Amino acid sequence: MTVAATFASPDPKAPRPGRVAYINARLIDPESGLDAPGALLTEGRQIADLGPRLFADGVPEGIDVVDCWGHVLSPGLIDMHVHFREPGHEHKETLETGSRSAAAGGVTTVACMPNTDPVIDDVALVHFIERRARETAIVRIHPIAAITRGLKGAELAEMGMLKEAGAVAFSDDGLPVYDTLVMRRALSYSTAFDALVIQHAEDPKLSACGCMNEGETATRLGLPGIPNASEAIVVERDIRLAEITGGRYHVAHISTAEAVAAVREARARGVRVSAEAAPHHFVLNETAVGDYLTFAKMAPPLRSEADRQAIVEGLADGTVEAIATDHAPHDQDSKRLPFAHAANGVVGLETLVPLTLELVHARQLDLRRALAAVTSNPARLLGLDRGVLAKGRPADLTVIDIDRPWCIDAAQFQSKSKNSPFGGRAVRGRALRTVVGGRTVFALGG
Amino acid sequence: MTAPVSSAVAVAITYPHQHLLGIEGLSPAEITLLLDLAESYIALNRRADKKKDLLRGRTLINMFFESSTRTRTSFELAGKRLGADVINMSTSSSSIKKGETLIDTALTLNAMRPDVLVVRHPDSGAVRLLANHVACAIINGGDGSHEHPTQALLDALVIRRHRGRLDGLLVAICGDIMHSRVARSNIHLLTTMGARVRLVAPPTLLPAAIARMGVEVHHDMRSGLEGCDIVMMLRLQTERMQGAFVPSGREYFHFYGLTYDKLAKAKPDALIMHPGPMNRGVEIDSAVADDITRSVILEQVELGVAVRQACLEVLARNLPSLQHNQ
Repeated sequence: MTVAATFASPDPKAPRPGRVAYINARLIDPESGLDAPGALLTEGRQIADLGPRLFADGVPEGIDVVDCWGHVLSPGLIDMHVHFREPGHEHKETLETGSRSAAAGGVTTVACMPNTDPVIDDVALVHFIERRARETAIVRIHPIAAITRGLKGAELAEMGMLKEAGAVAFSDDGLPVYDTLVMRRALSYSTAFDALVIQHAEDPKLSACGCMNEGETATRLGLPGIPNASEAIVVERDIRLAEITGGRYHVAHISTAEAVAAVREARARGVRVSAEAAPHHFVLNETAVGDYLTFAKMAPPLRSEADRQAIVEGLADGTVEAIATDHAPHDQDSKRLPFAHAANGVVGLETLVPLTLELVHARQLDLRRALAAVTSNPARLLGLDRGVLAKGRPADLTVIDIDRPWCIDAAQFQSKSKNSPFGGRAVRGRALRTVVGGRTVFALGG
Repeated sequence: MTAPVSSAVAVAITYPHQHLLGIEGLSPAEITLLLDLAESYIALNRRADKKKDLLRGRTLINMFFESSTRTRTSFELAGKRLGADVINMSTSSSSIKKGETLIDTALTLNAMRPDVLVVRHPDSGAVRLLANHVACAIINGGDGSHEHPTQALLDALVIRRHRGRLDGLLVAICGDIMHSRVARSNIHLLTTMGARVRLVAPPTLLPAAIARMGVEVHHDMRSGLEGCDIVMMLRLQTERMQGAFVPSGREYFHFYGLTYDKLAKAKPDALIMHPGPMNRGVEIDSAVADDITRSVILEQVELGVAVRQACLEVLARNLPSLQHNQ
């Protein structure tokens, strides 16, 4: 099934948008707790007004009107963990195609990981990402810079200058910072700039050549497994380091019950620790690997059902603050391999909304918390002035029909890559309109 | 020994699958069908004229991405004795680590219209991957640490000929379970057919949650062999001992090598099996391996050909007829 959709084209010199009234909306602002019928007015690139009584007497002449038909009007969604492959692997994704994928999924801001070729570990490369994003992308793209030069885990990158240039966080994602002393120094140094340090938590020696979760499924398939301890050991170590350094530590794509418990306990003690979970980790478990399905191969791997439930609980009680897709595009040749040799990763931007809403529809997560995990919470972690519905804030908005039934069809993705284990899944909930800086960049037709 | 029951073959059921990729998922009736059919080939293989023309006009390609002597030769003989044209292809695994080459090689061969591909590959799941991309029938000749179905079938055939049944027997599988596709296929087959399976190995050579496959786990060989009908030894891959799975060959032999002393715990007439190739003095004492009253290791090799003939026959029945190909 093809649904007509319209996209804006990237245009850095576009005229300032005019005034737009979003009427008949269910306004939800997770930060303030607002959840009420009402309207919102954007003027230029900012939110000018909002509230239950706005335009109660009709919209004045000269204001464009968008009827939300009672659907949710949320702050624009923020995905703090994507891989857009530019520079270096443009055949998998570019900032342009990745941004279209984001827009189609209702996402207005992404933070992209630095494991490109070359690695984003230098000010000039941060500038490159920002310029290419300005010229080609239709959503906001912020670079995350490397913690260590070349992701080699040895020398620190120039964190201060990188942050000044626009890096919103630091990570060697794809690889862990394994050397304990280097990690201590990264967390310690980051406090001078209040930078967020994001860890891909995995003990590479313990994971060895493992390619899926250790357990019955891996044993039956004859595949080497990765134990939960591989993640938990690094998270527990890093929590000690965050404690002695005062650094802001963030666990990327948390996947195990043990790591969720460690983060919960550390936060209760006041350690500056946060975590994000990817939809595939809270919607699927290891059985999705089935008969060597490489679309279900990612790092960290899909875990046991008990781990999946622990992540859902972590989201529900606020231990896991953010939902991030770990959008990791791969071409067909990288996936059409024996399981052990296939690339890790899943595209996620266009399935973020319905998969997150699965937890809401199952009454495991309330809608406000679910939206906070993709708006205000990642905005606060990354230090962005977005993710809220408030006067004077940037007019980044997403209109979401939380009940719309549809069937995921990877062939229809805007992303250049189609590596999703969710093809054919019947879901509920979809972004209808994506607004960035007052300008609609995506609208679902039909 | 049981009398051959070939006359009863194919009465009730058929083998309904296009491929033979593994034992997991096969029903007891399907396994019995294959064993009964294999039984009928044993006598044929002992005659001077071993030839049938069941597969005349058919092409069998042995695609071995990992070195093998006995399995490849066994499939080659099985194919030739059934009248098929057999081609052997060996590729060093290092040159096909890149999977495009793997699929491309399969597609290339598939374009030449073989009827059956026998594939051995060092990666678990690689044979299934190929099966998704070709039209011909595929037999898994061993994939990584996953499955080696014809080995399990020939082991079952040997056991059945000596014990008359599989149901109710107690079988110990000893050694490097973690890396063994033979162990996995045997566990599936034996538990499906109602045998009890014990695994005997040091903890470092047992994969996680293996007990979930319906087996008992023992770390002490004497307790593991207690009362067993069958003792299956697995090859310790000595190259892996450097990876700290076990401290040394000497220590391994001391605790897990099959000696008469440990064998005394099993039933007095317990059979000794080994899929080969053996490391004498590592997992099995030479004298035990050569004990013709106990060891059925060479019989395993002999019956391997019969089992492979049976597999080829059932898969050939499901191939489109030659007329339709024209």
